[in-house]
Amino acid sequence: MKDDEINDGSVENPGSSRRGFLKQSSALAALAMTPPAALTAVEKGLDEKLAVAFEQIPLKVEINGAMQQLKIEPRVTLLDLLREQLNLTGTKKGCDYGQCGACTVHVDGQRVNACLTLAMTTDGCKVTTIEGLAEGGPEGKLHPMQEAFIKHDGFQCGYCTPGQIMSAVACIREGHAKNPDEIREYMSGNICRCGAYSNIVDAIMDVKQGGAKV
Amino acid sequence: MNQFQYMRVTNPKAAVAAVSKDNTTMFLAGGTNLIDLMKRGVEAPEKLVDITRIPLNTIEKTATGLRIGALAKNTAVAEHELVVKNFPLLSMALNAGASPQLRNMATIGGNMMQRTRCSYFYDTALPCNKREPGSGCGAIGGYNRMHAIFGTSTKCIAVHPSDMCIALVALDATVNVSGPKGDRRIPFADFHRLPGDTPQKDNMLQPGELIMSVDLPMNGFAGNSHYLKVRDRASYAFALVSVGVGLKMSGNTIQDVRLAMGGVAHKPWRLTEAEKFLKGKPATEATFKQAAELAMKGAKGHGENDFKLTMAPNSIVEALKTAAKTA
Repeated sequence: MKDDEINDGSVENPGSSRRGFLKQSSALAALAMTPPAALTAVEKGLDEKLAVAFEQIPLKVEINGAMQQLKIEPRVTLLDLLREQLNLTGTKKGCDYGQCGACTVHVDGQRVNACLTLAMTTDGCKVTTIEGLAEGGPEGKLHPMQEAFIKHDGFQCGYCTPGQIMSAVACIREGHAKNPDEIREYMSGNICRCGAYSNIVDAIMDVKQGGAKV
Repeated sequence: MNQFQYMRVTNPKAAVAAVSKDNTTMFLAGGTNLIDLMKRGVEAPEKLVDITRIPLNTIEKTATGLRIGALAKNTAVAEHELVVKNFPLLSMALNAGASPQLRNMATIGGNMMQRTRCSYFYDTALPCNKREPGSGCGAIGGYNRMHAIFGTSTKCIAVHPSDMCIALVALDATVNVSGPKGDRRIPFADFHRLPGDTPQKDNMLQPGELIMSVDLPMNGFAGNSHYLKVRDRASYAFALVSVGVGLKMSGNTIQDVRLAMGGVAHKPWRLTEAEKFLKGKPATEATFKQAAELAMKGAKGHGENDFKLTMAPNSIVEALKTAAKTA
């Protein structure tokens, strides 16, 4: 198979000025800042491989209604992109291993763990974070679920709350909030170490029964 | 996480060609296990081939049953009308696994490819023959509460963590794969393997082979199916022991049966001896107990997991009672 067949309609780290720069720079300078993969590449004398390890790839993703044209390292997770590059710090980093749900966001309407999502895989997708949940954005009126969490004291320290709320909204949209038992099962991916669970279930039941548009 | 090259492909041929080139390149699908392992330094691929844009997520009827695309998400399969109607055991098993968020990300192929959750495998400071062949097994004589009681070796006592795979092995699934040498079909029961002397190998896939789909033959088990998962908390925890059952009943007589267990072996554990015994027998607690006894032949505890020697047969009886609706 020819290489161009592999690239049919696909994306691969494209050439960049960085690659040219690295090719010209001395091996010593490169070694001082290289990751293991690149070091292996240097040993093998593979300039090309060394270069691409540093490359940033273009990413086009819609976040909370705004189209973002970015350049990122392939290893950046959606969570780190949101928090470190876009200053959307509402999405929290709890465990960073997909176990706590604090990083829950919606990608194309589906709730996911942003910590285990490579940002590159969201190319062309629509991402909604806690900042984009309320109509009119952060300055607008609170989303009914946000109101309900306040009304029912659905939190104590508040760290898990953005993830809980994103998950709670999805839970109702998916049709998995028919009763408290079902809510507990379908909210099990969001851990609250303060133990506000019973109030969280109350908040979700309230929104569900109130019939507000979520 | 190590730095790596990223490549996105849109067709299986390109994916196979890219990964076949060297053994430091890996497929990336849902990423729920691979990204986790990369963050911990257990996996460190130099190149990831993103296969999520390959159109392999369809669920469709075939002449003999159902074909599920390898990239269909766990949620999509669990909630699909044809799956719920014809293979409720698969729906139940999928919904028993992970969290809603993870099920929205994880794919069917990826679920099959997930690695063990053995804590020695995950901790790069400790020995593990699966992660680093020849370094030893920390779990033998160590913390092994979650570990296997069947088919272990002196090299590894880890278990395969999937719930979905228990349903698939019970439902006689077949895996369709595409590789550098062409396409082939692998019976699901032969897809995963026992650890033996090479616990680093979880399954029978050859380098560069890509899972394309899973085939399920139609069966008569839909009316009497059950997936019982016993775990440390009510939801979102790996199984200590799980049992998948499908029964075809004729009055109170068991015409046909499929039985498999999870949380007990390095691969989804089909209980063929117990199945043979149950065929033609009445659905009573007494027969279920005898079947469970047969199923436990050759089971061996490793200390902390000795409780599974009691929990497993009890779970088999319980799951059979629920499926037969005699509970």
